[in-house]
Amino acid sequence: MTDIGPTIEMPEVDRLAPVEDRGGAAQPLLQVTGLTKHFPVRGDLFSARKTIRAVDDVSFAIAKGETVGIVGESGCGKSTTARLLMHLMKRDAGQIVYDGMQVGRALSLRELRRGMQMVFQDSYASLNPRLTVEQSIAFGPKVHGMADASARALARELLGKVGLRPETFANRYPHEISGGQRQRVNIARALALSPRLVILDEAVSALDKSVEAQVLNLLVDLKREFGLTYLFISHDLNVVRYISDRVLVMYLGEVVELGPVDRVWDAPAHPYTRALLAAMPSSDPDHRTETPPISGDPPNPIDPPSGCRFHTRCPFAEPLCAKATPRLAALDTMGHQAACYMAIAGSGHSLAPIKGADKA
Amino acid sequence: MLVYIARRIVYAIPIVISVALVCFLLVHITPGDPLVAILPADASQELASQLRIAYGFDRPLPVQFGLWLWKAVNGDLGHSIATGRPVLSEVMHAVGNTVTLAIAAAMIGFSLGLLFGLIAGYFRDSWIDKVATSIAIAGVSVPHYWLGMVLVIIFSVQLNWLPAVGAGPGGSGTWGWDWEHIRYLILPAVTTSVIPMGIVTRTVRALTGDILSQDFVEALRAKGLRETQVFLHVIKNAAPTAMAVMGLQLGYMLGGSILIETVFSWPGSGLLLNSAIFQRDLPLLQGTILVLALFFVFLNLMVDIAQAAIDPRIKRS
Amino acid sequence: MSAISEPALAAGPAATARGYWTTVGRRIMRDKVSMACAGLLALIFLSALGAPWLGLADPYQGSMIHRLRHIGTPHYPLGSDELGRDMLARLIYGGRLSLVVGILPVILAFMFGTSLGLVAGYAGGKVNTAIMRTIDVFYAFPSVLLAIAISGVLGAGIVNSIVSLTVVFVPQITRVAESVTTGVRNMDFVEAARASGAGAFTIMRVHMLGNVLGPIFVYATGLISVSMILAAGLSFLGLGTKPPEPEWGLMLNTLRTAIYLNPWVAALPGVMIFAVSICFNLLSDGMRSAMDIRN
Repeated sequence: MTDIGPTIEMPEVDRLAPVEDRGGAAQPLLQVTGLTKHFPVRGDLFSARKTIRAVDDVSFAIAKGETVGIVGESGCGKSTTARLLMHLMKRDAGQIVYDGMQVGRALSLRELRRGMQMVFQDSYASLNPRLTVEQSIAFGPKVHGMADASARALARELLGKVGLRPETFANRYPHEISGGQRQRVNIARALALSPRLVILDEAVSALDKSVEAQVLNLLVDLKREFGLTYLFISHDLNVVRYISDRVLVMYLGEVVELGPVDRVWDAPAHPYTRALLAAMPSSDPDHRTETPPISGDPPNPIDPPSGCRFHTRCPFAEPLCAKATPRLAALDTMGHQAACYMAIAGSGHSLAPIKGADKA
Repeated sequence: MLVYIARRIVYAIPIVISVALVCFLLVHITPGDPLVAILPADASQELASQLRIAYGFDRPLPVQFGLWLWKAVNGDLGHSIATGRPVLSEVMHAVGNTVTLAIAAAMIGFSLGLLFGLIAGYFRDSWIDKVATSIAIAGVSVPHYWLGMVLVIIFSVQLNWLPAVGAGPGGSGTWGWDWEHIRYLILPAVTTSVIPMGIVTRTVRALTGDILSQDFVEALRAKGLRETQVFLHVIKNAAPTAMAVMGLQLGYMLGGSILIETVFSWPGSGLLLNSAIFQRDLPLLQGTILVLALFFVFLNLMVDIAQAAIDPRIKRS
Repeated sequence: MSAISEPALAAGPAATARGYWTTVGRRIMRDKVSMACAGLLALIFLSALGAPWLGLADPYQGSMIHRLRHIGTPHYPLGSDELGRDMLARLIYGGRLSLVVGILPVILAFMFGTSLGLVAGYAGGKVNTAIMRTIDVFYAFPSVLLAIAISGVLGAGIVNSIVSLTVVFVPQITRVAESVTTGVRNMDFVEAARASGAGAFTIMRVHMLGNVLGPIFVYATGLISVSMILAAGLSFLGLGTKPPEPEWGLMLNTLRTAIYLNPWVAALPGVMIFAVSICFNLLSDGMRSAMDIRN
């Protein structure tokens, strides 16, 4: 689904106008190139300085109106990427371009905040325990100049939109509502600034399954109603498949595969993606999962393996994999790419396609 | 482990130097000429300038600090103006008496504190808990010097069971662990033990309550462990923090003994500090503060190391 | 999602927004122990404040014939001290100085310590290290020792006493403030506030201050009892208030020799210190449980 629906007009309630669409339908809403972030490990007098290479040379684009999913295990850099995109952390290298505008030049940071918002994983820690739900939601619009009364009316309207009756919930405190309800409040808060892009960082991961399903459906409805674009980060493959149009697979700070979700699911090219998908336990009694598809623990991001970071756990690894990191290569014309020598024609890997041969 | 110890010692060095600096500066920010305390009233200008040079007061402050520090490291803390004796030996002798007092107080206070705390923690919110907590709160709220006075009133003045002041028949010169001497120790030790007892009770009560409410205790009981064995686990988990608190209290007893020693005229470092202040005996004052502060730093270091030895999580941080 | 009717949206502040502090206030009022302590403290405060209008004897006027009268003597309801001055008057007037010298250092340390701790906690990095390492040096001294050392070199007097105690308490409050601020700073809702585009001061005012002041305030109230005992202790040693001012610690000092003649009168000033100290401790504990949002 890539329709960009019209923004609904709500009578009587002021809303902040969304950031204007400058680039047009073909311009990606977000273009990320070469994003890098390293963290120095706090060494003391006796040990050498080390770095955690949390995000390394990550590039992707998000088209207007689509939902892009990011999957990966803990420590792969998904949440760090989200925070870098939101400019909550300073990046070490790379470009982030919103609707064709460079942040800091054509687009100020303040305007970016209006265009892009985030829903965090921990629903309780995301809300100030001292503020009521209404006050928390109204905070953002007030920062951007809205009057107090209008901001509170907007907050109540949004509460209704996310399925919480305003007369019951507006004056509650975070500790007085359940996890699922808090996450709805967080979504309402993110929408208060009328963003066009919403980043959902493990937003449903901490919820019970039934509640998770409700919130996911809410997200789908809101996307249609407000014409939003989503970046959905999760470690749960089923959830990502349900909600995403395209998906990115991350491993140890790098993007190893990306493409339309059906393509990646049906024909995973990177061994890590294959292992992830195979790791989902099968519920078919005739096809039980007998052997673990992947062994060992994810290596330490402080000293990632040389070359392709997955080669230490890869059943298809060859000497060239340890020498240099493979770049993302296109596998077809639909946008399916993988960073693996097996997918790059003429790379030297024994399983790589021969250069010039037709692709399937 | 050794790396941890080495690291802590290295971190302690700048603290030690800063402490020495503060001790040095404290005395030199005294309004007025430090020489005034030493000179007789009718001293001549000549004598004044001679003494100034002799004590080194004419040099710039950083130089004075350096000299003082160098001499201190070599064990020379100068001589007491009042008695003429070397400061270091005076202080160490007095500290010995304070240590006696502190150890006696610690034995009483810590054992009672642990007992009350464990009972209160195990029987949370019962009447036993309320009694123990009340005792603890009273303990930490009482002005200990006043308590000393009250105990003297009851046991010395009214009942005449125990002596009111002093450290024993031989003065501070001799100390033996016999009844003749211990009877002088009882009141000061009990008085000193009250505040630490209260603090240890409160801490242990909170710790025990927290530990008992954790899931692993349920797991242990579900595995079939007897209550006494579970109790050992509780102790092991409570030990690091409890020890840290006790170590800190011991440090406070050593460093803050002045009030009680004044009430009982106990010849310890606190009383020495008292006379040094009122006699404006600067070398003695500096030396006493320095030794007491260093003892405290050293004690904290020991506590940190002991904590790390028991709790493996601390070493990694 | 179900349509929400317009009246619901247009409804004003539905229920009265129950502020956090009103909830805390209500909880404390239900705690009988805390209320009793608050009452006793109020009594002591008010009597100290209103001392000149209570029809008491002159606390400075003594008479050698009437020294060390026992409690209950006519004209001397609580006895008289070693210079024949009325104990009741001395105790109530003494409350003025004792309370000021005991509480003011904590108030001052609260202001300085919270500011330092907030800055250190919010800024992080080198600023944090610089501030906290300096604080650590003062932490290396036991508080009593530091207070007495500073008072000893500054000399006796009320102002010196207050300065000395403030210096002792600032490091303690700064440590608590920094630790609480850092904890709040790392919470997602602060990140979310930054993500809304709010500036540092707005974030500190709306989101951090409310969450930070509470624990620091509770800690500071716990410090008051220590401060009262220490302040009176300084006077007891002769390093604080100077005679003939009435002040509980000083009174304990001057009455010490009287324990053989009139022990109960000699013990009275300590009772006041004890009472105030224990009330503040119990009140502080009560506040701590009232402020625990999860209760």
